[in-house]
Amino acid sequence: MNVNYIFSLLSVIVLFLLAYVGVEAAGFQILFGVIIPYLAIITFIAGFIYRVLNWARSPVPFRIPSTCGQQKSLSWIKPARIDNPSTKMGVVIRMILEVLFFRSLFRNTKCQLKEGDKLSYEWEKWLWLGAIAFHWSFLTVVIRHFRFFIDPVPSCLQLLEKVDGFLQVGLPGVLFSGIVLLAAVIFLFLRRVFIPQVRYVSLASDFFPLFLIIGVAISGILMRHFTKVDVIGVKELTMGLVTFRPKIPSDVGSAFYVHLFFVSVLMAYFPFSKLLHLGGIFMSPTRNLANNSRRIRHINPWNYPVEVHTYEQYEDEFREKMVEVGLPVEKEIAPTISEEKE
Amino acid sequence: MGNKKQIYDRGMVVAGLVIFVIITTFPFWYNHGKASPVPEPELTDRAKAARECVEPKSVMRAKHMQLLNVWRNTVVRNGKRVYVNSKGKSFDMSLSNTCLDCHFNKAEFCDQCHNYASVKTYCWDCHIDNPKEIK
Ligand code: HEC
Ligand code: HEC
Ligand code: HEC
Repeated sequence: MNVNYIFSLLSVIVLFLLAYVGVEAAGFQILFGVIIPYLAIITFIAGFIYRVLNWARSPVPFRIPSTCGQQKSLSWIKPARIDNPSTKMGVVIRMILEVLFFRSLFRNTKCQLKEGDKLSYEWEKWLWLGAIAFHWSFLTVVIRHFRFFIDPVPSCLQLLEKVDGFLQVGLPGVLFSGIVLLAAVIFLFLRRVFIPQVRYVSLASDFFPLFLIIGVAISGILMRHFTKVDVIGVKELTMGLVTFRPKIPSDVGSAFYVHLFFVSVLMAYFPFSKLLHLGGIFMSPTRNLANNSRRIRHINPWNYPVEVHTYEQYEDEFREKMVEVGLPVEKEIAPTISEEKE
Repeated sequence: MGNKKQIYDRGMVVAGLVIFVIITTFPFWYNHGKASPVPEPELTDRAKAARECVEPKSVMRAKHMQLLNVWRNTVVRNGKRVYVNSKGKSFDMSLSNTCLDCHFNKAEFCDQCHNYASVKTYCWDCHIDNPKEIK
């Protein structure tokens, strides 16, 4: 048992009860269906902008060349154009590969003592695999949900849903991305619980979003395949939200409000948590700067004018004394020497 | 320390944030504040005469696909064709011959809802969508 994840699990259960009891017993449909979702989206957008601007105010005076390849130098040494980019183009390509395929995570290694005291490094790809499965399925799920927010629904969304439902199991059909999402997020959670080193560095702020996303996924799957809700009513509500004519349809099940509340909490929590790596990745200096420190002079933007005492000034100040004790000087005391000697 | 108000790489940062806002507010501007009316599936005279669907309306509304799935599996796998509903009434388990017998206005009934919720059923690849065509 670990306080961090018990605490996170309990918070998510409390959230569930809040929404469930709030709708079932107290009839707070307007609160959970209209007010909280609006507040959540406003918090999400405003919080995101606030945090990103805050990052943008921090000067990054130096290029941080934590790179995985040969820097561009002499013409006969082959540079790694993407892994150690010296141009904007290279940076853009590195960023795209990072965002879409988690390239640096792909190189993740595990450091272990084996056979007693032998230190070994091993390529650790499971985290990458879990992460890529999680993020891509999450994206698919998010895009798929746009069918509830736009009208008429464009055919590309219908195509996506068709591809996602390629298993054609049951009615309504099981959607692949939903299963992958739930499996991946559970894997990412178990990893934090079972690997001692990872558990040691895991905080409540790591577990809470995982539980919240597990809650979102489970409530969604339950709603689609088991408890069932009136989907037409759901779309009536969501379209009301995006057209600023909020409306609570009569008999949408409370499972839907739980789902919506989980998503609202996730959105509101997003900008103030580690989840903001969505924006942070674009702001990270080790990813968004070209390594051109040797070619271009980067001036520290917070430099105040530093008063320097150059060697010339030093010699001017102490020339006589230096000459007196026989130290070599760059500029002899040509005209004044004779005067002084006299 | 430096001037904390200055935003470095202002152009890039602002461009990125503008893209972010455009994407996240997509549903709010894409619909121009308009939504098509909520579908009100039309009942045919035959359905009206029957007064009741296979199961109560609220059940049908949310769970008709699950019912159809049960029907499909029961017919195709077990060869049984008679469904007895919660009130003890029997129905022939058939998509085209039962559902579309009462709801023969598929376009105004099934499709109206399905278009609204962007549901694409592949059933009609094989099943005849209008029983009148059966000779
Ligand atoms: C009240 C509106 C409504 C009416 C009327 C309606 N449907 Fe549906 N139907 C839905 C909704 C909404 C879904 C999707 C549920 C979901 O996405 O979870 C659906 C899903 C389905 C599915 C499953 C599709 C899939 O691939 O997942 C089938 C099959 C189906 N309906 C058949 C019919 C037939 C046949 C009729 C006409 C006799 C009909 N429906 C009438 C709203 C309706
Ligand atoms: C005996 C005629 C009859 C048959 C057969 C029949 N229905 Fe119905 N259906 C009705 C009637 C009548 C209603 C309206 C019920 C009401 O208003 O209480 C209805 C309502 C519905 C609704 C809800 C519409 C709404 O406005 O919310 C759906 C969905 C539906 N039927 C689908 C089906 C499907 C799918 C089948 C085949 C499994 C089917 N029906 C078979 C007569 C029929
Ligand atoms: C590949 C073609 C095909 C598709 C697609 C298809 N079916 Fe069928 N279905 C059949 C065949 C063949 C039978 C067997 C007909 C029989 O034995 O009377 C059948 C039987 C059924 C039956 C019972 C018999 C009857 O007369 O309806 C139901 C109910 C049914 N399907 C529902 C569906 C639904 C709902 C969908 C869409 C989600 C669907 N089917 C998609 C081919 C198909």
